[in-house]
Amino acid sequence: MQSLTNRAKPVAPKEMTFMERIYLPAILKGMTVTIKHFFMKKVTIRYPEIKKMFSKTYRGLHVLKKDEQGRERCTACGLCALSCPAEAITMTAAERTPAEKHLYKEEKYAAVYEINMLRCIFCGLCEEACPKEAIFLTSEEIAPANFDRGDFIYGKDKLVEKVHGPQGKVRGGGPLDKNYYHGNAQVTSAFQNLELSNNLKV
Amino acid sequence: MEITVIIVKFALIAIIFGISLLTAMYSTYAERKFASFFQDRIGPDRAGPWGIFQPLADGGKLFFKEEIIPTNANLFLFVLGPSLAMLTACMTSAVIPWGTYLTIFDTQVDLQVADINVGILYVFGVVSLGVYGIMVGGWASNNKFALLGAIRAASQNISYEIAMGLSIIAVVMVTGSLSLKDMAVWQGQNAWMVVYQPLGFLIFLICSFAETNRAPFDLPECETELVGGYHTEYSSMKLGFFLFAEYINMFISSAMLSTLYFGGYTFPFMNDLGLSQNMVSILGLVFLLGKIFFFIFLFMWVRWTIPRFRYDQLMRLGWQVLIPLAIINIVLTGIAITFFGS
Repeated sequence: MQSLTNRAKPVAPKEMTFMERIYLPAILKGMTVTIKHFFMKKVTIRYPEIKKMFSKTYRGLHVLKKDEQGRERCTACGLCALSCPAEAITMTAAERTPAEKHLYKEEKYAAVYEINMLRCIFCGLCEEACPKEAIFLTSEEIAPANFDRGDFIYGKDKLVEKVHGPQGKVRGGGPLDKNYYHGNAQVTSAFQNLELSNNLKV
Repeated sequence: MEITVIIVKFALIAIIFGISLLTAMYSTYAERKFASFFQDRIGPDRAGPWGIFQPLADGGKLFFKEEIIPTNANLFLFVLGPSLAMLTACMTSAVIPWGTYLTIFDTQVDLQVADINVGILYVFGVVSLGVYGIMVGGWASNNKFALLGAIRAASQNISYEIAMGLSIIAVVMVTGSLSLKDMAVWQGQNAWMVVYQPLGFLIFLICSFAETNRAPFDLPECETELVGGYHTEYSSMKLGFFLFAEYINMFISSAMLSTLYFGGYTFPFMNDLGLSQNMVSILGLVFLLGKIFFFIFLFMWVRWTIPRFRYDQLMRLGWQVLIPLAIINIVLTGIAITFFGS
């Protein structure tokens, strides 16, 4: 048969030498390889106790941000829902009453804001679409498992950033002590990320 | 007097049984842990610190699993299979010398349950029985995969028993005794048997891998071809018995390897350190356990290094390589004894 290219190489079964046929040297060689791995640094970690640092571009669970005075930034414009390729976001808008001025930044706000985490593909288009810098995928949490499909629909109770006071601490996530992170990368909180993206956009 | 002897023997049996079971139990943990270390993982670490209660969790899980007995299985033989496997696995430890003797309340306690003068033959008898557990269990399952696994186990064990026995004949020729105790003593006076019988040791080692159905000879439970092998239909603690018997077998094989080729309970300068007899015995036991644990580690090390043999390769290795080599080893040993004395 004529080959189409001239790259074909003829292959013939190679006769094994005596040392190869008794296999033992090869087995010993293999065993030195495996014993080296026995003492190597392990690539896995004890996960819930030790967590690896997320990359700066990691897209975690969504966070509905609040402004410096602790008011929700979202105005329920619906651009995020529109931009969402998976159609995971729904919301119901409501008008702010004068008594709620300390709760919501704009006159309109989202009374209901739900993201279906089963639909969400964590693409971050909602984050890009948002004109009010209200939604970010900066939560350093992995979407958790659930027994109930209904529990995957995240409402405002789970999404809204937990901030206490105007200059309060950034929302509580996990513990932020040194042992929490595996490796020595710089710890970036969600709040710092927000500032970062603010600088980029403004 | 007779009563004390019986009590002492029973206590010794209980202790050795306990040690065997404990070692087998933690061998399962060690296997999983070592497997993960060889694969750059951490391994089970949820149950207790570093996962040291993992064997208990595994055992508990097996106990509470649903017990399924196939409709067309032969119930009596189905139960007999794992029981036989477990029984024969535990029987061999009776003739292994675990140390010299202890003196407790002026009574001399041999650290060996039975010093029978045909110890080696007894071991072989029991090891040959071991295949019945697998064979009976596999046949009683009324499942073709189980039967295939059982047939493989049977033919594999029979093939490798021959080479194993032949390699031991050379050891018997050198020591001039069939008693395991005499062999240990002989190695204490001379040198480790592995120095005199390197080829025999290699054959014995390979055969013990095959006899315990461990990788690279784990064809009886070859998942890719036979689902689960001989224990396909087994569940709950009956499956546990099969798996556990394998680990006890591994422990016993390691003990046999240490006793036959690595001096058993003897250690260098055993009688020159000026220690009391009890101390020497206990140290001997510790040394023997150390050797055993090394061999158990070797079993696992090999398992996570070498891929499984193909069935024809297994048979060719057994019949065409190991048996002729073992015979050559006997001839060479005979020549050496004739010309250089014993």
